[in-house]
Amino acid sequence: MQFSSYETADFYDEMLSPDGAPREGARLLKERIEALPDGELLGRQAAAERLLLQNGITFNVYNDSAATEKIFPFDIIPRIIEAQEWNWIEKGLKQRVYALNLFIDDIYHEQKIIKDKIVPQELILSARSFRKECVGLNPPQGIWCHITGTDLVRDRDGQIYVLEDNLRCPSGVSYVLENRRIMKRTFPQVFEASRVRPVDEYPSRLLSALQSLFPAMESPKVAVLTPGIYNSAYYEHAFLAQQMGVELVEGSDLVSANNRIMMRTTKGFEPVDVLYRRIDDDFLDPEVFRSDSLLGVPGLMEIYKKGRIALANAPGTGIADDKSIYAYVPKIIEYYLAEKTIIPNVPTYVCFEPKELAYVVANLDKLVVKAVNESGGYGMLVGPHATADEREEFARKIQQKPRNYIAQPTLALSRVPVIVNGQVAGRHVDLRPYVLHGTDVYVLPGGLTRVALKEGSLVVNSSQGGGSKDTWVLMP
Amino acid sequence: MLSRVANSIYWLSRYTERAENVARIIDVNLQMMLDLPSGSNQQWKPLVSISGDDDAFAKRYAAPTRENVIKFLALDTENANSIVSCLRTARENARTVREAISSEMWEQVNTSYLTVNAAASNQMLIHSPYSFFNEVKKTSQLFDGVTDATMLHGEGWHFYRMGRMIERADKTSRLLDVKYYILLPSVTDVGTPLDDIQWAAVLRSASALEMYRKRHGHIAPDAIVEFLVLDHEFPRSIHHCLTAANDSLHAISGTPVGMYRNLAEQRLGQLRAELAYTDIKEIIARGLHEFLDAFQTKLNMADQCIYDTFFALRPVGSGGAAHRITQ
Repeated sequence: MQFSSYETADFYDEMLSPDGAPREGARLLKERIEALPDGELLGRQAAAERLLLQNGITFNVYNDSAATEKIFPFDIIPRIIEAQEWNWIEKGLKQRVYALNLFIDDIYHEQKIIKDKIVPQELILSARSFRKECVGLNPPQGIWCHITGTDLVRDRDGQIYVLEDNLRCPSGVSYVLENRRIMKRTFPQVFEASRVRPVDEYPSRLLSALQSLFPAMESPKVAVLTPGIYNSAYYEHAFLAQQMGVELVEGSDLVSANNRIMMRTTKGFEPVDVLYRRIDDDFLDPEVFRSDSLLGVPGLMEIYKKGRIALANAPGTGIADDKSIYAYVPKIIEYYLAEKTIIPNVPTYVCFEPKELAYVVANLDKLVVKAVNESGGYGMLVGPHATADEREEFARKIQQKPRNYIAQPTLALSRVPVIVNGQVAGRHVDLRPYVLHGTDVYVLPGGLTRVALKEGSLVVNSSQGGGSKDTWVLMP
Repeated sequence: MLSRVANSIYWLSRYTERAENVARIIDVNLQMMLDLPSGSNQQWKPLVSISGDDDAFAKRYAAPTRENVIKFLALDTENANSIVSCLRTARENARTVREAISSEMWEQVNTSYLTVNAAASNQMLIHSPYSFFNEVKKTSQLFDGVTDATMLHGEGWHFYRMGRMIERADKTSRLLDVKYYILLPSVTDVGTPLDDIQWAAVLRSASALEMYRKRHGHIAPDAIVEFLVLDHEFPRSIHHCLTAANDSLHAISGTPVGMYRNLAEQRLGQLRAELAYTDIKEIIARGLHEFLDAFQTKLNMADQCIYDTFFALRPVGSGGAAHRITQ
């Protein structure tokens, strides 16, 4: 496979410099790929896909027929991040997660940051993810966001930005671990020679972080709470439970009794201490949140309030990933840590502010507009790619409910080489690293590199035709 | 172990074993039909009858021809007990307990399903199905081996083994029933070489021919029934299966073998004891088919008790299994 016809075009390419020479960390990889006999790379790509199918790492497109079962598109050319750059990212993410945790704790207690007029009160109280039920709550060890997945993007000039924070139930880490396992099998020599930092310790780090919530107990009982096999991330829930060696439970496996949450086992009821819950706040406890929820456990919040069970992430953390609150994160970092923000935000217009609203409506053709409470690439408008009609319709929506929208300049996301129809071609990517907040803060070296497989597309979400790649963070 | 997880592991193993045995049951019939003198009527309806699916079959198929019956039992996705459906259900159960089983087990059950499902869409299958049934048997045995070699031999594994053994005991009894239903061309054929050939086919379908020869030598119907029902050591004989299932049941609850603390232990123990203290003459005197029929009913009851004891969602406060110990 040759890169001779590969164009970096007018974008930052993660693998190649504008002159077509490989970046320092990618030199070996490029040499090896080019040295492979004809067809070999494609053969390995096909082998990797077979492996994914065999391992059942598939989308649950739930119809009766097996033909609708699809693997998550996976590209075998890894994305490489050099040691120095990673150190900077790691510092920046730790700073961000420390600050966001302090912010959430403050919002549900004294609200000093509101009193000091750093963040507008109305913005907080009107956020759908603000949970009045959580006011005054003291989660074990004062930790709210135990697991965070922060999306990073790189613009044309090479600068990395935080695109958004995911502090509710960020998913995708299982693909990081599975992608790695498959890459080791398909590219053993390059892998070995490249000195890549391992990702395998994530499950044990996660277990330690969860168990550290009850330091006085010798071995707190942890379980992963899933909505069940019809959830699109079910594979990940099962994978993480399996890798941590803990139970995977559904709401119907749990009951509240004697001030504890208990699991129904073949030998009667057994208590649980920590729930790594992968269901939304709304569905956690029908007595407190949505009463029609069949996924949660009645009485859970009552027991949580008494400190007899830990929930990760804590209910209420969503307030920190509301997309309009995101715009204030640099100020939040400065406020709580008295430090300058290491990884910058993408410049963001909060339509809640009248001046910014006017600018957004007037410049829709240059901006990406996002609904503050949506994720997965839904509810957004990519201005430069939209038709005039679409922009007009969106302008109306924004003016009706300004609080619900933010806008950002369209970034020229960096690209990576991807195998498309037997050739290498450039596609846009982002990066989602995973951060654990236990007794200390840990950043998994690497993360999920998501690729927009459609030519020219900037939307990397798997629900919108995105794929993924292994991410290699090189050792110093 | 979570009740839901135990239940899924139990059915994961039952459905894998069931797929294997449906293949064996079709296989025995194929062999018997081949050995009938030319011009004899093909008999395929009994295969549907012994699985108790006459109504479901009649609804969607005109006549019990060879093609229709094989389609129904092997490939029909609307028949919950067809081979393809069994493997799909096994896989769905495995999916819900992925965290409780080894990765190798999951990969095996997933690969089995994908392989068999791909083979099932091949039109040639109906006409030369031998390698297909062989493949089904092998994938099931491979799964059994992988499970044995990779899963903790703790509670989960005992649920696995109990499910597997109960299913196998049931299906061995049905395999024997095939011989009861398949009519010889004339009553006077009983005891002739043709009869013997059919009995040998039953043994071969249970992978039992060589082991039987070691034990009893010549083909003799009584000895064959004794071998497949009462032998201690042959791994597909009903007695062997129930002993293993009973051992696992007691390993799960911790009750010493020979006593019981719950209905499951009582029922399964009774059934196993009946087999341990009966002999082949009694079975033949009573009628083989009647014996097998009664056995299947009692086994179903034991299965129901296992469900009530371990899997049913009990209300808070009722505790676990009952506490009475009875000798």
